[in-house]
Amino acid sequence: MNWFDTLLQGILLGGLYALFAAGLSLVFGIMRLVNLAHGDLIVLAAFLILLIVSSLGLDPFLAALLAAPLMFGLGWLMQYHLLNRTLGKDVLPPLLVTFGLSIVIQNGLLEAFTADSRRISVGALETASVQMGGINVGLMPLVTFGSAVFVIVALNYLIYRTALGRAFRATSDDVITASLMGIRPNSIFAIATGLAMMVVTIAALYLGIRANFDPTAGPARLIYAFEAVIIGGLGSLWGTLAGGVILGIAQTVGAAINPEWQILAGHIAFLLVLLFRPRGLFPRALD
Amino acid sequence: MASLIETCGLTAFYGDFQAIFGVDIRLDAGETIAVIGANGAGKSTLMRSIAGVIANRPEMILHHGEPVGALGAPDIVRRGIALVPEGRKLFPSLTVEENLQIGNYGRREAGPWTLESIYSLFPILKERRRNPATALSGGQQQMVAIGRALMSNPEILLCDELSLGLAPVVIKDIYAAFSRIRASGAALIIVEQDIAQALKVADRIYCMMEGRITLTGRPAELDRADIHAAYFGAETHELV
Repeated sequence: MNWFDTLLQGILLGGLYALFAAGLSLVFGIMRLVNLAHGDLIVLAAFLILLIVSSLGLDPFLAALLAAPLMFGLGWLMQYHLLNRTLGKDVLPPLLVTFGLSIVIQNGLLEAFTADSRRISVGALETASVQMGGINVGLMPLVTFGSAVFVIVALNYLIYRTALGRAFRATSDDVITASLMGIRPNSIFAIATGLAMMVVTIAALYLGIRANFDPTAGPARLIYAFEAVIIGGLGSLWGTLAGGVILGIAQTVGAAINPEWQILAGHIAFLLVLLFRPRGLFPRALD
Repeated sequence: MASLIETCGLTAFYGDFQAIFGVDIRLDAGETIAVIGANGAGKSTLMRSIAGVIANRPEMILHHGEPVGALGAPDIVRRGIALVPEGRKLFPSLTVEENLQIGNYGRREAGPWTLESIYSLFPILKERRRNPATALSGGQQQMVAIGRALMSNPEILLCDELSLGLAPVVIKDIYAAFSRIRASGAALIIVEQDIAQALKVADRIYCMMEGRITLTGRPAELDRADIHAAYFGAETHELV
């Protein structure tokens, strides 16, 4: 076994998990909402991309570009008209409603697309690789990881350098005072969820290219996303990337020792972090 | 001509608890009024009702004669009514300058206030503009809270307990800025526990006790003993 190879594959796999998690992290950071339908929304976006590819004959990357604004709209509507009604002091209503949403999406997809497992094909790109220090590295994993870093950098820029990001942070700090300043928290939350759904679309593109998916694939993606967010520390986007990478490395190392241990090793890494750093590796200073 | 703002039999509740009972106050253009009273008299509830944090029946609050009692805070601030909340309530994740810029959200077109004019009103804030807002002293934080409210170019500025927890010399500094705020054309409603401070800055005083207005008038016309009676209630008056 080549340890360097295993480590590198793990890091690159972590990019995919970070993409799964970034939207979840953004939404949690701004409105303390845990969206249990997050994984199913990733799968929904993957089917949407597939639908655009098959009906318009577009390249999957172009199809994702088209799907992203549609997913933004869906996220906006879902947040504004449904999830905003569940926000408040009690943490249970959002959990119950998004859990229900998860079941609705799974069954809706089952009706529309059957239980067959699908994938998004990008032809020769799937098997293309580049030489790095004597190791063959798949081009798709590299592109996935690059996209994850790009998404994290872009979200951080948005949050810390723009007027919209200021409003995100202010609303996250104190909803009532933000509304006294003229901010409409419900709109801010809807925009945040819309953005999270654009990130979800990117995650869905790479999920669909790299693996098979079917209408019930969502909850497992949610677990990985959730673990990446918790390992990294709530509210920190770079922490989320680190969390994804740790999860990815644990899985590939586990798989290298014994292929049956891949998934288990990831969960064990998560539990170890919870045991020794219950607030995650890079928790935000506040709350 | 209709008053800038007028409350008509305003009542407000926190859940089942009624905090104010039929309060009538009036603010005219260019005026500064002070609302005084002990803890729990309903002063902050009155401010939060006017600012739209607490929803009321529409006709209970009139702005230029129009019913605005049911509007939410984002709409109220866009109409030119800004609140400096009790306890300052700065955004801890934001720097001093970002806190001020958040005030832009409810900004009205016409008005004198910009980042520059607020830095000229409170020069210390310019020096500290890159600091997290919560790293400042209490007095400086209060300046940020006032500046943040001014950024919306308010026609009416509501100030809730500006002097709470601040040293007298700092309070003096903050109230020193008020002549320029008034000169900018804004009318003010000031909530104060410090009676002497209120009498000094206000054109008219309303005294509240247990959710009702117990006394009103111009500072020069009010007798100190009457204020104490209105402030603490009749029983205490006998002890004074």
